[in-house]
Amino acid sequence: MPRTVKTACSKYEQFSSSTTFTRGSEVLVSELIHRTAAELRDLLDRGEISAADVAEAHLERVEAVESHVNAFITVTGDIARKQARAADQRIKDGSAGPMTGIPVGLKDILCTIDAPTTAGSRILEGYVSPYDSSVVARLREQDALFIGKTNTDEFAMGSSTEHSAYKFTSNPWKLDHVPGGSSGGSAACVAANEVSISLGSDTGGSIRQPAGFCGVVGLKPTYGRVSRFGLMAFASSLDQIGPFSRTVEDSALMLGAISGKDPNDSTSVDTPVPDYRSALNGDLTGLRIGVADEYQIEGMDPRVEQSVKTAIAELERMGAEIVPISLPHTEHALATYYIIAPAEASANLARFDGVKYGLSLTQDNLLDTYLETRGKGFGAEVKRRVMLGTYALSSGYYDAYYVQAQKVRTLIKRDFDQAFENVDVIAAPTSPTVSFQKGARTDDPMQMYLSDVFTIPANMAGIPGVAIPCGYVDDLPVSMQFMGRAFDEATILRVAHAYEQNTDWHKARPPLDEAIAASAGN
Amino acid sequence: MSKDKLSLEEVDHVAMLARLGLEPDEREMMREQLSSIIDHISLLQSVDTSAIPPTAQVITLQNQMRSDEVHDSLELDEVMKNAPDSEDGMFKVRAVLE
Repeated sequence: MPRTVKTACSKYEQFSSSTTFTRGSEVLVSELIHRTAAELRDLLDRGEISAADVAEAHLERVEAVESHVNAFITVTGDIARKQARAADQRIKDGSAGPMTGIPVGLKDILCTIDAPTTAGSRILEGYVSPYDSSVVARLREQDALFIGKTNTDEFAMGSSTEHSAYKFTSNPWKLDHVPGGSSGGSAACVAANEVSISLGSDTGGSIRQPAGFCGVVGLKPTYGRVSRFGLMAFASSLDQIGPFSRTVEDSALMLGAISGKDPNDSTSVDTPVPDYRSALNGDLTGLRIGVADEYQIEGMDPRVEQSVKTAIAELERMGAEIVPISLPHTEHALATYYIIAPAEASANLARFDGVKYGLSLTQDNLLDTYLETRGKGFGAEVKRRVMLGTYALSSGYYDAYYVQAQKVRTLIKRDFDQAFENVDVIAAPTSPTVSFQKGARTDDPMQMYLSDVFTIPANMAGIPGVAIPCGYVDDLPVSMQFMGRAFDEATILRVAHAYEQNTDWHKARPPLDEAIAASAGN
Repeated sequence: MSKDKLSLEEVDHVAMLARLGLEPDEREMMREQLSSIIDHISLLQSVDTSAIPPTAQVITLQNQMRSDEVHDSLELDEVMKNAPDSEDGMFKVRAVLE
């Protein structure tokens, strides 16, 4: 039996799978929103529920909470219902895959042929891609249920989802707080039980940071593990697609479903995809977990720091060996990122010119058409980063900024290479604070950028990182992350799963229904 | 290499390179905010990198080749459906040269 840890969240609605559902009993459709993907898989395969039930339960949940959470830019109920019929047939035929009939949310920067993909930008309002992104194609082949396209900071640039051109997403734990970002919609829809798994993208923390703010699991795989084909490019040497879920096991399942070589992405690596779920054996004996002083910084919430320290002590009690390590160039990671990522973005976003697709504001000549289309089509944060990247790449500054940043990136990567000679996993906080109130950081870009100070180094080095809940501060989730060697997702998932099974943090659910009821009463 | 605040002329120059039309109040805001961000990223100048090679990407793959086989392309209609303006399967733009 997992040991229970006294948590600050016991007052919240808790859900325990062993008490509300037993094998063979009748399953309430409305109750399916509480199931993990792994549990739904078992119920579907045993024929106790249908994929149509799963689709209806989650679409009803979306209907009930979405006006408060605003996780989705587009809800795709018709697609999900159609996929549910195909999924039920597939299950009957015995050809179901791991994601058949599982309700998923897709960050609205992943191209889909049958629903708009906006990247959270006005410049792509109504755009429907002529092809599916590779991760979407894989899920579609298995007849996963596409519940909707989730809100994101414009072109994934932001840490609060407030830079979306369409809507503000709320943190299901406190509706006046941000869900984090840029994949804020993907984190919020999982936390709000609107789907069981979602996909996001992580360039400097855009999966792990919102997962942390919303109290769910978020995994950034190794660069090259998952095909980026059809992910609208932000910073091509950093971007990586990964899952959000309420349990580590579900992220392990999704990672297995989307990993592997893709001929359409020459940076995807042809290395075997292990059975990630079988790596979750709960055993930490002899495992060496590195902890670096550089992840304690000024401006950090001391209560967050304390929660992470307590979690690390727990891992030690569970049999892991805690090893002090040094990652001396960590302090330069943020500045390095804010040169490299905008530089790559300024090149990638040159394609939005009002000629081939998207918004076009035609003027008397082509130059003015470019200026007007891009000036009006992009929001403030995207313009800021395109300007910054263009500046860093411009004649006279290229060596001083861009090349220097690439060299410091080498140093950051070497820090990790050296550390992993001596440890198997590195544990660190996911973010210096818990979620903040909407509007609190939008006027100060540097303050917003600091949200990602602990997540950026993993992108710089291309290594995997998984964020999981490890406490609560002010009734908001605290998160820690485990970083691992390149292509060793199995080990970080094993540690995350062992910790999760030994604690109760992941069982706490946000008091969303109470908040909605209270707002209806006003 | 921390420097004084960007000039408005520098802002205009970079905006033109990036093909971004900025409103007058946006120029001022860019000047303020970019100056403060550049101040921060200029801290990198203090790191000694004289013997360090740059990293452009982190995976060791090089020269990914594929066999030279003919595959179907996307349908032209599908590709052109998002075009703001087109004619005979081609994108239509304003004249570049008068």
